[in-house]
Amino acid sequence: MVKVTPAIQTTDLNAWYGRTHALKNVTMTIEDNRITAIIGPSGCGKSTFIRCLNRMNDLLENFRAEGKILIHGKDIQAQDPFELRKKVGMVFQKPNPFPKSIYENIAYGPRIHGIDKKDLDALVESTLKKAALWEEVKDRLKDNALDLSGGQQQRLCIARALAVEPEIILFDEPCSALDPISTSKIEDLMTDLKEKYTLVIVTHNMQQAARVSDYTAFFLLGELIEYGDTKQIFKKPKEKSTEDYITGRFG
Amino acid sequence: MRYIKGKLFKYLCLAATTIALLLLALLLWDAWDKGAGWLSWKFLDSFPSRFPEQAGIKSALWGSIWLMLLTAVISIPLGVGAAVYLEEYAGRTWLARIIEINISNLAGVPSIVYGILGLALFVRGLMLGRSLLAGALTMALLILPIIIISSQEAIRAVPNSIREASYALGSTKWQTVRYHVLPAALPGILTGNILALSRAMGEAAPLIMIGALTFIAFTPSSPFDPFTALPIQIFNWASRPKVEFQYLAAAGILVLLALLLAMNAVAILIRNKYQRYLIW
Repeated sequence: MVKVTPAIQTTDLNAWYGRTHALKNVTMTIEDNRITAIIGPSGCGKSTFIRCLNRMNDLLENFRAEGKILIHGKDIQAQDPFELRKKVGMVFQKPNPFPKSIYENIAYGPRIHGIDKKDLDALVESTLKKAALWEEVKDRLKDNALDLSGGQQQRLCIARALAVEPEIILFDEPCSALDPISTSKIEDLMTDLKEKYTLVIVTHNMQQAARVSDYTAFFLLGELIEYGDTKQIFKKPKEKSTEDYITGRFG
Repeated sequence: MRYIKGKLFKYLCLAATTIALLLLALLLWDAWDKGAGWLSWKFLDSFPSRFPEQAGIKSALWGSIWLMLLTAVISIPLGVGAAVYLEEYAGRTWLARIIEINISNLAGVPSIVYGILGLALFVRGLMLGRSLLAGALTMALLILPIIIISSQEAIRAVPNSIREASYALGSTKWQTVRYHVLPAALPGILTGNILALSRAMGEAAPLIMIGALTFIAFTPSSPFDPFTALPIQIFNWASRPKVEFQYLAAAGILVLLALLLAMNAVAILIRNKYQRYLIW
């Protein structure tokens, strides 16, 4: 059997905001072409964890991380962070389209990474199709993206991330600002996307984790408590605190 | 009783507003009453003269326009550049804090002090003489703190989520600032800059200090020419004993006010046009 390099591998990852120890010895392996959900109460370090994966936290002034993170076998500290973030895309909690046209929102990423101008129209179209947004916006590509509904804005943000052809996409509570219908559209989209991409989603919503993910990791106070198959985590959690959390006893 | 107190306070505030507005209206009316009759195309297109009926503000008007354009060219790149540096690059170090506090203090320094600095530094030190360039440099110093502060506020108002979105796509810092932060902050920056320039337009003290002339019978043709400006011309006319010159001063005030109002209107238009997209 061929040994496959996992998409993401962290070893003894520790992180601090100033003196706050936000992540404690997180060792975790995330599989290719799967959706991995990260759940846990507020302040458990789940957002911190995924923001380490694309070195987004490096932008903060008093943030510090130790440990090893390999993306497809390569140490991210040895890479240019700008190149890394092209490979590891991110979708944020609140939809944050650029205050520009829908077209420009998609075109910006490919442009800064040097796409041929004549390929741009085709790429915008195919990207919007991948994000299941094309039919809704094809006649108004020049409109300002902020005129879209919240759910459409979030799908546009996903499309924007797809446009630079990442390998991994990190979702930081992508549906927490959306209504149930928009949420289900985004969940469907994620299921479609896992054929080509590796998805990691931080969520507060346990039903969402149970619905969309293949694997689930439970974080508590900066530690990885339990990690495994989503069905197993939700049906037969091994740890007491996991069970308490998913049955709603705290969190 | 509490009800009456509330009412009373409301009417006190109303009275304060009314008094302020009335005083302004009175001032405008006074200028209009004295000056309107003297306003004419000839007034705009004649040089000053010792005969009131022949005098005009051509040199002062052109001097003011030259001065404003030169001041803008000097102060906007410097001010916006400093604001971008302080907001996006300097970080929250104690040095940056001290610089910011000092800039705020500089914004409160009386304009005459900038005039003294301009006289020593530009007129004498750089030997620019009483030229437009010396005047514009002095004015640029005067409004630089205002430009930096208002540009900083505009840049700070750009939500961090936009910066994060840009970085998440693999943008460098330069690309983030160039393609996202600056365009989003631009309406605010422009508004602040125009208001700062209109402050420069109305200042007389620093120009008098650096020795701008009051009687000039030609329009400047280069930044090294001597010049006069509207506030100086108005000051000059107002200080003459002959009553007709008072009317000329009032007419000059009307022209200056019209220019300032036009500039402020442009600033408000820019703000309203983009305000919709300033709220995320």
